[in-house]
Amino acid sequence: MMDTQVDRELLEKIADLVGKPVGAFNIRKDCGCDGRQSTEHIEITGKTDKQGIDIRVKDGTKGETCHIPVIITKPGITEMVYNDFYIGEDCDVEIVAGCGIHNCGSQDSRHDGVHTFYIGKNSRVHYSEKHYGEGDGKGGKIMNPQTIVYLEEGASMQMDTVQIRGIDSTKRYTKFVCGKGAEAVVTERLLTHGEQVAESDMVIELNGEDAKGRVISRSVAQDTSSQVFRPCVVGNAKCFGHVQCDSIIMGNARIQSVPEIAANSTEAQLIHEAAIGKIAGDQLLKLETLGLTEEEAEDCILKGFLA
Amino acid sequence: MLELRHISYSVHDEAGELGILNDISLTIPDHKLMVFTGPNGGGKTTLAKIIMGLVKPTSGQILWNGEDITDLSITERARKGISYGFQQPPRFKGITVRKLLTIASGNQLLSKDRCCQYLTKVGLCANDYLDREVDVSLSGGEVKRIEIASILARNADLMIFDEPEAGIDLWSFARLTETFEQIHAQGKATMIIISHQERIISLADEVVVVGAGSIQHRGTADEILPKILSDTLGACPVLTRGGDRA
Repeated sequence: MMDTQVDRELLEKIADLVGKPVGAFNIRKDCGCDGRQSTEHIEITGKTDKQGIDIRVKDGTKGETCHIPVIITKPGITEMVYNDFYIGEDCDVEIVAGCGIHNCGSQDSRHDGVHTFYIGKNSRVHYSEKHYGEGDGKGGKIMNPQTIVYLEEGASMQMDTVQIRGIDSTKRYTKFVCGKGAEAVVTERLLTHGEQVAESDMVIELNGEDAKGRVISRSVAQDTSSQVFRPCVVGNAKCFGHVQCDSIIMGNARIQSVPEIAANSTEAQLIHEAAIGKIAGDQLLKLETLGLTEEEAEDCILKGFLA
Repeated sequence: MLELRHISYSVHDEAGELGILNDISLTIPDHKLMVFTGPNGGGKTTLAKIIMGLVKPTSGQILWNGEDITDLSITERARKGISYGFQQPPRFKGITVRKLLTIASGNQLLSKDRCCQYLTKVGLCANDYLDREVDVSLSGGEVKRIEIASILARNADLMIFDEPEAGIDLWSFARLTETFEQIHAQGKATMIIISHQERIISLADEVVVVGAGSIQHRGTADEILPKILSDTLGACPVLTRGGDRA
């Protein structure tokens, strides 16, 4: 497990892992299992009918973390992985996913992952995933993550999803189905550069009374990269939803931001905001007056924006 | 010591050349508190921006501690000890107050206590603000006070404040003037404050009245304040008091 320098650097980058994780974990490397550990409260088992794992968290589990990172270190790998999470009632857990691709070859490396969460009553889940690609080969680094979340009454999930850099092509799909009093908070941070392309579709269905949904999307498109965002919040009951998309556009990049809100109930209160713009000149000047060079100022603004 | 030699600045538009600053020469000795005052549009902010390098003069020379800095960039001037508090500071999505103060101080390990001291000096409580982003969620007055705190954190040899009182409530303003007094009393920094406030003008070692692109008066606060008051009465040069055209 974590045999090479590449393995260790990728795992630190995508899951902040240094050494063997504490608690439950499953490390997937190059289509195989590179290490797995269950705990008293979190059981991880491999699927028998397809690629992937089942994660079962017992009722009342609190304060535990489960790491399930994926790394691809060989060129030419294409995989489709299904991970299902069954979170019991009254839990409070953190799940750290993420995928890192190191591709020095000429063939594409591609990871498609479908994560489906079934979150029991009054449980809270903090789910984070980071995506990162590296390697100077001509082979593409492709990642298509899907996240489907079913929140029962009073359940909540905070999902932090970040594309750090180096992913040539991504198509993301995220869907939340929120029951009574459930809350979904999604923060998406995404950077594209070179000729990269990124598409992100998101649907938050607020079906139960007093359900809440919040989407905060921030992205930076550099060089000739392109991005398309389509976050949608649907209010089907007395609920509150807010979509906020902010993008910084640079070079000859293109960004399309299409936030949507749809109300099917007179009691639904939904808001959306979207903004695309370049880095403001006065921001650069201010940081230069504090001693940063123009390049340092730009880097500081981008890092802060995507933090 | 800061020396401005024959500084002029003009812009071109459809009507031709428009002079903003006309042959301004000025010497500011070390550790003095200088206030630039004068009517709106008179050239005060342009002059301050020229010192920081935010505006390049059409002609003239700027010397800082004997070195010609006229052609130096903003960054180079900042690193030589010149700082500038914007009249209308920009906002940053994603950059927290703590991060901004850390950048300003140049100390990556700036402690919470030090941040707290800078914020207290501008009338803000660190616990309420350190982790907040300097974005649109803050009011104009809050952003302005954070801007001033960033200049305090910078701790530069030359501090330029462009209308620090603008947008600040009376209580915070009193705290701010105390802070300027303290910095001045420590005698370590030279300060240029652009202001219209009598209370700030009265702190100055020297007051420079800038109007119509030139220095109109120079002197102590006691000398200049009466002139300002007399100039501001019946100020319209076109109409006479009776309402007739002159």
